[in-house]
Amino acid sequence: MTKRILGLAAASMLTIGTAQAQISDDVVKIGVLSDMSGLYSDLAGQGSVIAAQMAVKDFGGTVAGKPIQIVSADHLNKADVGSAIARQWIDQDKVDAIVDVPTSSVALAVQDITKERGKVFLISGAGSSDLTNKACSPTGVHWTYDTYALAQGTGGALVAQGGNSWFFITADYAFGHSLENDATAVIKSFGGKVLGSANVPLNTADFSSYLLQAQTSKAKIIGLANAGGDTINSIKQAAEFGITSGGQSLAGLLVFISDVHSLGLKVAQGLVLTESFYWDQTDETRAWAKRFSAEAKKVPTMVQAGVYGAVTHYLKAIDAAKTDDGKTVVARMKETPINDFMTKNGKIREDGRVIRDMYLFQVKAPGESKGEYDYYKQLAVIPGDVAARPLSASECPLVKKG
Amino acid sequence: MVTTVAPVATVGRRSRAGLVLTIVLVALALIAPLLVYPVFLMKALCFALFACAFNLVAGYGGLLSFGHAAFFGSAGYVTAHAAKVWGFPTELAIVVGVLAGTVLGVVFGWIAIRRQGIYFAMVTLALSQMIYFYALQVPFTHGEDGIQAVPRGHLFGFIDLNQTMTMYYVVLAIFLIGFAIIFRTIHSPFGQVLKAIRENEPRAISLGYRTERYKLVAFILSAALSSLAGSTKSIVFQLASLTDVHWSTSGEVVLMSLIGGLGTVLGPVVGAVVLTTMENYLAQFGSWVTVIQGVIFVLCVLTLRSGIVGAIEDVLRRRSRRKAAPGV
Repeated sequence: MTKRILGLAAASMLTIGTAQAQISDDVVKIGVLSDMSGLYSDLAGQGSVIAAQMAVKDFGGTVAGKPIQIVSADHLNKADVGSAIARQWIDQDKVDAIVDVPTSSVALAVQDITKERGKVFLISGAGSSDLTNKACSPTGVHWTYDTYALAQGTGGALVAQGGNSWFFITADYAFGHSLENDATAVIKSFGGKVLGSANVPLNTADFSSYLLQAQTSKAKIIGLANAGGDTINSIKQAAEFGITSGGQSLAGLLVFISDVHSLGLKVAQGLVLTESFYWDQTDETRAWAKRFSAEAKKVPTMVQAGVYGAVTHYLKAIDAAKTDDGKTVVARMKETPINDFMTKNGKIREDGRVIRDMYLFQVKAPGESKGEYDYYKQLAVIPGDVAARPLSASECPLVKKG
Repeated sequence: MVTTVAPVATVGRRSRAGLVLTIVLVALALIAPLLVYPVFLMKALCFALFACAFNLVAGYGGLLSFGHAAFFGSAGYVTAHAAKVWGFPTELAIVVGVLAGTVLGVVFGWIAIRRQGIYFAMVTLALSQMIYFYALQVPFTHGEDGIQAVPRGHLFGFIDLNQTMTMYYVVLAIFLIGFAIIFRTIHSPFGQVLKAIRENEPRAISLGYRTERYKLVAFILSAALSSLAGSTKSIVFQLASLTDVHWSTSGEVVLMSLIGGLGTVLGPVVGAVVLTTMENYLAQFGSWVTVIQGVIFVLCVLTLRSGIVGAIEDVLRRRSRRKAAPGV
């Protein structure tokens, strides 16, 4: 009798074992979790869903003989809403991978959940470098950009130009703090100094008191450690306060092309910014951007381009590994070099960070712009290994120190 | 409300019916996680307890508090901090959270209880907004991030709460204990006095009751039970965030009680289940959720004045009266 039970148990375990080596539930489900209605909806949002759908369509709609399905939801930039959706997606709706997730506070919560359940997390919208540092995960891949790269790019370039004293206006959550810390490290390493900082709640309408603090600090550069609608508002209000005409300059540490579009070239001209993608770089990027714009009715941001790339790379790995088990797929993704329209010879490091070249751009003056969305001129290429935190300084437990 | 003159037989029948109803509901709650997503049920239970606690002051004490999120949220923060940073065992973390919320309740109550009606609501709202901005700025709450990755830990050192089912039954137990306390309070002499104060405070005073003391005790009890709900929620979701201290949470709990039936025992539970279900299954409509909620709220107020449970109770009462007096 006991033998029979043991046999049954062994048999059932065997079936579970084989089931894991296949596609779970006979469908690969990808959840795009994004800000659909708030201050980041322009740079990620519905555009990210479109990018993911494009990736699935270009892949043929099936992977390893099974259909691919896309679901999406709005996390309202709240960690509690985001984590509840992520949990329900994984537990109940059998979602295999979660993509995008702008707003680092939400991304950190989702990182914990996907790590615990062994599901794949492809981060494109969130920037905090903690996602591949203290909070790294064996199933998390940080695809598009991080605050370390932004700080190296924009921060380094401005200090080299003589902007050696800084005051930060920081969005008061994971991303803002991470950006401020990374930028401060870069500024100090170049011999500059940070005079102070003001923490601002997310999604603020009135920046006047923070801008006045920045003005009285007499810092040469006012660093904006914020993103999306907050960046737009702070830049506009700084112009109204006459801060730029008073001799101080603004440094938007994270500026997307959608922000430049909202600001207009007249206000945004001269801004130095770091991105991993600009639509008008090569024939390939232009072709992809054209297809994207046809559907989304706007030019893609690097976040949306990253969603396409990440989903494609993920599907390729499933195709090669013949399974959608999170750890196996991500391991396969890490073995394969990334080559697509925006990434050339990229690779995923053991901590989950994608090593890719970043580009330093400057926003054109209205006279230089030749057409719609002709906004950037390229100043420099930041090589992938300079743009990423060296593994020797990593606090990620996955990195073996030797 | 003055139905206490009902003949003994009806009272016996009604309490027997109540007992049957209770058993059916508890049995339903026991098997529910097999049918419905357990994390969603836990959320509904936390909000149900919160709404019941709110109902204690609003429905039975006649004090419309608009600042209950302060207790709910701060208790969540304290519990999360105690469990994550100080490494307290889960049960102790919850106790610390409840204590913190209760202390807050004493302060709020002591200040606000002197006023009535809209003034009382405004004082509680103002106080809870102070708590919100405090939570936004102090470092230990981590601003917008909230306290994340709170360990669920082991209850009493041996019940593993990382198992969703175990966690569910613990939450259910906490809810039932909280609900029992509220039920007992409402049906005690203390609860009777509270109702008397709600109906006619000058009269209660003239009868010799020191009404402010009664109201204060009820308010503190309500704050403590709200804190229990908040602490439990932060353990369930492993997260304490600004949403829970925001005034919209205070508004939500008012909505739950009104839709379910203010001043009824089961009303807030029904209201909480209805609202969390709506939030959960309407989430795909994005910002339309609040619009839909608003429409439903308006419809409820227009058609079901005494809430869902209140309306059912009315129907039952009318029918039993007809049965009791045949030929009329």
